Amino acid sequence: MEASNPSIESLEQTANECRKSIIQMIHKAGAGHPGGSLSAIDILVALYGTQMNFDVNDRNSPTRDRFIMSKGHASPAVYSILHQHGFIQQSDLDGFRTLGSVCQGHVDMKWTNGVDFSAGSLGMGLSFGIGTALAARLDNRSYQTWVMLGDGETQEGQIWEAMMAANYHELNNLHVIVDRNRIQNDDFVNVQMEVGDLASKIKSFGWEVKEIDGHNMEEITEALQWSLNSTRPSAIVAHTVKGKGVSFMEDNPSFHGKAPNDTELIQALEELS
Amino acid sequence: MSAPSTGGASRDGYGKALLNIADDPRVVVIEADLGKSTKSCLFREKYPERTVSLGIAEQNMVLVAAGLASCGKVPFASTFAIFTERAFEQVRNGLARPGLVAHICGSHGGIHTGTDGSSAQSIEDLALYRTIPNMTVLHPSDDLSATELTQQLLDYHESSYTRTARNKTPRIYTEKTVKSLQIGKGTILSEGDSVAIIAIGVMVHKALMAAENLRKEGINVTVIDMHTIKPIDTELLDDLANNVQGIVTVEDHSIIGGLGSAVSEYLSENNPTRVVKIGVDDRFGESGGSEELLELVGLTIESIESAVRSIVEL
Repeated sequence: MEASNPSIESLEQTANECRKSIIQMIHKAGAGHPGGSLSAIDILVALYGTQMNFDVNDRNSPTRDRFIMSKGHASPAVYSILHQHGFIQQSDLDGFRTLGSVCQGHVDMKWTNGVDFSAGSLGMGLSFGIGTALAARLDNRSYQTWVMLGDGETQEGQIWEAMMAANYHELNNLHVIVDRNRIQNDDFVNVQMEVGDLASKIKSFGWEVKEIDGHNMEEITEALQWSLNSTRPSAIVAHTVKGKGVSFMEDNPSFHGKAPNDTELIQALEELS
Repeated sequence: MSAPSTGGASRDGYGKALLNIADDPRVVVIEADLGKSTKSCLFREKYPERTVSLGIAEQNMVLVAAGLASCGKVPFASTFAIFTERAFEQVRNGLARPGLVAHICGSHGGIHTGTDGSSAQSIEDLALYRTIPNMTVLHPSDDLSATELTQQLLDYHESSYTRTARNKTPRIYTEKTVKSLQIGKGTILSEGDSVAIIAIGVMVHKALMAAENLRKEGINVTVIDMHTIKPIDTELLDDLANNVQGIVTVEDHSIIGGLGSAVSEYLSENNPTRVVKIGVDDRFGESGGSEELLELVGLTIESIESAVRSIVEL
């Protein structure tokens, strides 16, 4: 699929469908990570809707754009957008986290059509993205590599090894989006290990950086285009709300990695309808 | 059989192999500052455009290799054996688990690495990488076999870890005999009917020396270079177990988890045979000369001979 130009309204509508999907698959599995999936989903919808070049019938095409979900626990967000674009089926989503399912607990390139990276251990995706971006340069290909990081994930030292390397190798075909939702597994990021002014930190590594509201579809789509046109490695720090769209999950650390119960499912779906 | 100290260290052989396979445009060499030591610098000099410098950052290095591999490249990434271990989880989760194919080389493996001291002497690398599914583990015994085995990785089906050694050791092979090496197949260097010595790396030459001395005593031993620790050559192990009184394994590596363990794991279940393991006892090294250190931990020609005699005299 060539990147198209859908309206902001249609992107928002898709994001809402994805949110329902995320809640349903986690409820059905009885496990998963709703908070970080809901904070990331608006960005994924915009990325797949307006930037990513891919062909669902030729998923291994060497010229496809790569999306690397480094915060691999947000797998429901990835599965919901891959479903929207025809890579996987509803029955796949229904099997999330069950034995033999293509929808593994954390995103895995070995299992899922359309997934470019096997995540699950934080801090590794940006380095992998450097590899795909370097390969593009070696092969004179114009595909882009997009990497999503969590803000808690930037506590991993490997992220900064990679930030330094991407700048050194001048990879302007590498784009990072940080899902700055301010919550990690145990508690708020500023309680566990505050990561502070990420934009300044990344800038100091030689990157171009833009800060946006990660739930404002217009700002997201503009920022993605800005990143694409950047002449240096570029990062978007997207300020988001963990659990966005479901009132009792919003900004609530307890829904980082907890499935909604039956009552909570009904309430969540009501809020999203 | 006392071969002259010609040729070079297995790390030299690794560097040469990279040059020999450089015509294949898929080959990309990755360095984490120690290219001069691992000898990937030879490739860098001629092919800087296909050499990626990542600085002192091993975790990043392994995942960059994985990313390149996902795009059809054949990455060869090297640093000291000990520093590859810093990225163990990256090799496990980022490289082998998704079934990507990249080749990690850890040079300066073993206690014989010498005066740098215990922090640089990896004696557990082979054990670590052996536990990872989809990983082949190699440890060549001289520069020629390092070249041959590394070249064979070019079209290999899974990721690998190769340990090379810092120091020059006598050549085991000739340009001609080395061509018969095959990943996954142990090489028979000498044949005898009483005991089999299975050795790796710098200990292969010492095993041959021990065999020579024992022959004078009328004890004829088989000597194997088991350059592929995983997958271990089980066909050869069965053959040996069926034809000798016992087996001595010799490695510059912890006795926990390395060659001796691999041999014992297979034979104890499939072909019970006495196995005497010679390696580094559960301890760290220290600074010192290579030979001094090998002697300190009991990795000597004499200790191999004693182990063989202990089996014969049973």
